[in-house]
Amino acid sequence: MSINVPPPLPQDPTKTLVTPPVDVLDSAGAPPVAPGMDAAVPTRSMFRRGLEVFAENRLALIGLGLLVLIFVFAFVGPLFYHTDQIHTDLLNNDLHPGSPGHPLGTDQSGYDELGRLMQGTQISLELGLASAVVATVIGTLWGAVAGYVGGWIDAVMMRIVDAALAVPLLFLLIVLATIIHPTKVTMILIISMASWLSISRLVRGEALSLRVREYVQAVRVMGGGGTRIVLRHIAPNAVGTIIVNATFQVADAILFIAAISFLGLGLTPPAIDLGGMLSSGVAYTNDGYWWLIYPAGAMIVLIVIAVNFVGDALRDAFEVRLQRR
Amino acid sequence: MTAYLIRRILQSLVVVWLVTVFTFILLKLLPGGPVRAILGTRAGNFALVKSLTHQLGFDKPFWYQYWHWLDQLLHGNFGFSYNLNQSVGSLLAAALPKTLLLLGVSTLIAVIIAIPIGVVQAVRRNKFADYAGTAFSFIFYAMPAYLLGIILINLFAEPPRAWFPSEAAQGSNVGSFFTQFNAMVLPLASLALITLAGFSRYMRSSTLDQITQDYVRTARAKGASERHILYRHVLRNALIPIVTLLGLNLPIIFSGALITENVFNYPGMGLLFVNSANTQDYPVLLGITVIVAVATVAGSLLADILYAVLDPRVRYVSA
Repeated sequence: MSINVPPPLPQDPTKTLVTPPVDVLDSAGAPPVAPGMDAAVPTRSMFRRGLEVFAENRLALIGLGLLVLIFVFAFVGPLFYHTDQIHTDLLNNDLHPGSPGHPLGTDQSGYDELGRLMQGTQISLELGLASAVVATVIGTLWGAVAGYVGGWIDAVMMRIVDAALAVPLLFLLIVLATIIHPTKVTMILIISMASWLSISRLVRGEALSLRVREYVQAVRVMGGGGTRIVLRHIAPNAVGTIIVNATFQVADAILFIAAISFLGLGLTPPAIDLGGMLSSGVAYTNDGYWWLIYPAGAMIVLIVIAVNFVGDALRDAFEVRLQRR
Repeated sequence: MTAYLIRRILQSLVVVWLVTVFTFILLKLLPGGPVRAILGTRAGNFALVKSLTHQLGFDKPFWYQYWHWLDQLLHGNFGFSYNLNQSVGSLLAAALPKTLLLLGVSTLIAVIIAIPIGVVQAVRRNKFADYAGTAFSFIFYAMPAYLLGIILINLFAEPPRAWFPSEAAQGSNVGSFFTQFNAMVLPLASLALITLAGFSRYMRSSTLDQITQDYVRTARAKGASERHILYRHVLRNALIPIVTLLGLNLPIIFSGALITENVFNYPGMGLLFVNSANTQDYPVLLGITVIVAVATVAGSLLADILYAVLDPRVRYVSA
């Protein structure tokens, strides 16, 4: 906006690493060993360096490992541990953990709690990932177009974003959830309709600084149109910012879905997500039925922490601005 | 600065106006419509539906309805909740102070606790205290407000340790916040812990930023004691970003309050909002959305202005 614009960033260090002409090296007596296959392919070296930084980060590896375990639990688990999550079994409801055939007990409708945890995690992950992807695509396009086109179109597009962001996301989500009957698909739409906003702001900022770079001017000189510049040049160069934020978006989306379900505006049974499990378990806290709450709650916290570890490390690794080396 | 201010205030007004347009459009999309909701079982009577639609002005064009609503809003009339048979204004007058009290007190507690935690973490960087603080704030940062509320109820409101009621103060006037303060301990703690987590993380990095500045080295060279440097130099500068954070964090704090009010059944704005969503009571939804949006926009405006006042190096230019 109108806060003093910082001086333009120094050029991406990897891109200024031009291999000196061979004869210069020869005259200096240095062996003409290619000093950087990497330097010749800047994007690849940047990617590889990013991966190295990521791999050095122990928390990131823990987070990644946790995520893999959670995915295996949610998607592979049900293949080996068969449970009926559609038909109620009222004769066997509220069984304690450790009951025969039900290692985590059963809930108030007789659903096996371990199987339900698998299904809830699965749906939470699916919805979280899908809505993060949709939100990222919408936000990236919106922000890139606004930042690239500029002028009054930019002003209008960004005031729309400002207006939508002025209402806290949770309030917006609740309004949307009252209007649209939440199924899996509409839930993804609801969440992404509310969460593309912050991404669009970030991408617009990137686009503003990218549109004045030489290579964009070069594309224009060569006759490349606006669509091509936005899709092929601006969006890919903002990819670090976009990926990092998409990662955090997954965690946010899972939390938002859980919040909506917790407030009773979520998916309709028998479909259930982690927030829905919490919501139905809350009524039984006074009875001491901890297994209806804590496994689902712990799963939410674990997913969010793991995603944040990975996101932080990705940011260290791929956001050139923050790169220390 | 003045030019920037005027520009910024105009922008905020445009944003608030757009919010009213969007919310109005969104809520017009509600299935069923308010007339059938009001009539309930009598909605089958077509003549009745038609006359009430006419009486309430829902047969007028969209822009006319919007204009009428905006006009009333600017005159302080938020509309009428048919579901609760009360004016939205009176509902808000009862709920808003309760929410503000909950928000204010819990944020105050959070800030008072978060500042020392963040500073200690920064000073003892990469030592045990730092890691402990990071782990603590990370857990509460990742913990959804509803889960924390349930855990607190489980821990401190049930038989072995039933120290506090699990339901927040229910009295109809604001004073019940204080007269039944025992009942407010858990909601306050739950909201404060959530806010605290973000604040202490921020305070830590803000202090770290300051500790590495040149003026700290200069102060050390002068022979100032570490305590003096911390209190007189570092802390004052490190607190500046916290002021803006308070303004910018309003949406997060509002959302936290909404959840907390629902967990503890505290009759504030958040509970009213969710109940209205469940009964599709759209005048109430509209009114609360507008109020929350105005507060959010005002918060970020104030944060910008305060930042410039507190840090003379920041000068805004009107672009």
